[in-house]
Amino acid sequence: MLLRSTGLSLALLLTPTPLFAQTAPTPPAVTTTTEPRETIEGTLSQERTVIGIPPLATSSIQTVAGLRTDSLGRQIAEVIAADLERSGLYEPIGPSGVRAITRAEVQAPRFSEWQSRGAENVVHGFVDAGSNGSLIVGCYLYDTALGSELVRKGFEIQPADWRRAAHKCADAIYSRLSGEAPFFDSRVAYIAESGPKGNRIKRLAIMDSDGGNHRFITNGQALAISPRFSPDYKKIVYVSYLNNRVRVFIYDVASGSQKLVTESSNATFAPRWSPDGTQILYSMAVNGNTDIYRISANGGTPVRLTNTPGIDVGGSFSPDGKKIVFESDRSGGQQIYTMNIDGSNQQRISFGGGRAATPEWSPRGDLIAFTRMGGGEFRIGVMTPSGGGVRMLTNSWQDEAPTWSPNGRVIQFFRTTRGREGKSSLWQVDLTGVNLRRLPTPQDGSDPSWGPVLP
Amino acid sequence: MTIRKSTAMIAAITMLAVGACAKKAPETLPPVPEGTGTDTGTDTGTGIVPGSQEDFLASVGLEGDRVFFDFDQYNVDAQDQATLQNQARWLQRNPAVRVTLEGHADERGTRDYNIALGERRANAAKNYLASLGIDPSRISVISYGKERPAELGSTEEAYAKNRRAVTVVIGR
Repeated sequence: MLLRSTGLSLALLLTPTPLFAQTAPTPPAVTTTTEPRETIEGTLSQERTVIGIPPLATSSIQTVAGLRTDSLGRQIAEVIAADLERSGLYEPIGPSGVRAITRAEVQAPRFSEWQSRGAENVVHGFVDAGSNGSLIVGCYLYDTALGSELVRKGFEIQPADWRRAAHKCADAIYSRLSGEAPFFDSRVAYIAESGPKGNRIKRLAIMDSDGGNHRFITNGQALAISPRFSPDYKKIVYVSYLNNRVRVFIYDVASGSQKLVTESSNATFAPRWSPDGTQILYSMAVNGNTDIYRISANGGTPVRLTNTPGIDVGGSFSPDGKKIVFESDRSGGQQIYTMNIDGSNQQRISFGGGRAATPEWSPRGDLIAFTRMGGGEFRIGVMTPSGGGVRMLTNSWQDEAPTWSPNGRVIQFFRTTRGREGKSSLWQVDLTGVNLRRLPTPQDGSDPSWGPVLP
Repeated sequence: MTIRKSTAMIAAITMLAVGACAKKAPETLPPVPEGTGTDTGTDTGTGIVPGSQEDFLASVGLEGDRVFFDFDQYNVDAQDQATLQNQARWLQRNPAVRVTLEGHADERGTRDYNIALGERRANAAKNYLASLGIDPSRISVISYGKERPAELGSTEEAYAKNRRAVTVVIGR
């Protein structure tokens, strides 16, 4: 697959500075202290596969757009290793502390050397200067015991897109070894937070799924909350307190302009895209009563979907676009309900102790992630679309607002610490609940929204 | 400066003009709770501009600008009613003034739900003021959910202060 014609929006999103230079070091991995959890139908194992990942080789050291091909070879290997490590399934060896391979070795690995280091697989690759200022990046995955090639990928990219080439390599490796769909080459919109707790500055920001290519979108003068990337990454729907009103805006990433999702004197909030990007759900409070509405992303007349006296809020489409999962306090406290996209057939699906909120339908369709509130704590959990099989994945004071990886195997959310100095940060956990990590962001973070895999 | 001065003068004149009417209206309201500010009425000797946020705060007293709610509740109880009656008196004396009711929630709710909850609370306070004869078109509402806590701690005491609807003067 070639990245030659990367989209205009992508090119505009990329910043020239590599993220590693501007972010705090990743905190050490943390594992939950709760009881051991079941694995998911054997597809996720806690046994990690050892993979050798030396720096990518180069035919000759050249400088392209200020980037040296040998330095890039190391950086790309670092991103691949970090992606695979973060998935929780793999234990990379390298690129640090690993012998640099030659260009010739890329297609003729020394399998016995990697086997002796305990690597079941090895990733080799190269970075060469292409024509017209481009870069050629190749990556290969080998089985060291069999001495066979498992995956081969090549990309011609603009130098600024080198991280995407790394994510595409990592995705190919992950997919081949796990049998799961890829997810690393994807992006996240979230809210960057700073300032004192009573007067937080909240800015819309975007980044790669690993925190790379970070960019602030809004300047923080108006409170910004609950962003959602459109499925094509060209727009972000979010809530801004611009001019001291609560309103849903659609922000155009390429032009930097934004428009109201609908004209109303009432507060509009909690926006979500439909999977095809043509529709937007939002919630609107009229005289204190909040209901859910659906409107074309191009405007027009909104359709009111709920009409109970109480708070009906949020909402997330099923991946086939036929159903919506949402929250309502019509039964007393917050619980999760499903309905058809025309508002018919509203059914409560969450039961049991505590309250359930912020439901998000998995892109695979098989699970709904949500926030469980009880005992003074918020935890992230999953259940089936009929409300069965509830499992809690995190156990902390306040974990809120899950968002799914494109392949439906990993969930990002935000974690808030308690007290006067309480802060929020972005985290992710896989479906086993074992592999829990904090995501590096330049400032505090909340309200993550994970988009699909880039084409 | 000139504009501000003339605004203040108009405000003072307006105050004087409506003073007579305002004196009759409070008869339907219970007496001012103890410990709250006194009706300074047309007193401009303090330097406080009548009809201003400062004037409002001086009139309604400590925490008289806000009502508090129980966890996940939005009903206006007897204490809230007394507070809002006190606010209503000031609003009747300053009939040209518009206010915003800011609804807030404590941090023990999810973000979107808390915005909806803050809307409920702000509207509950607005509706009660309207029931006292305050023209609802003078009152706008905005919910901050859990975005702007007044107390920063994660204790029951802090939460009780954060579950609030605050009346803020926005002008005339």
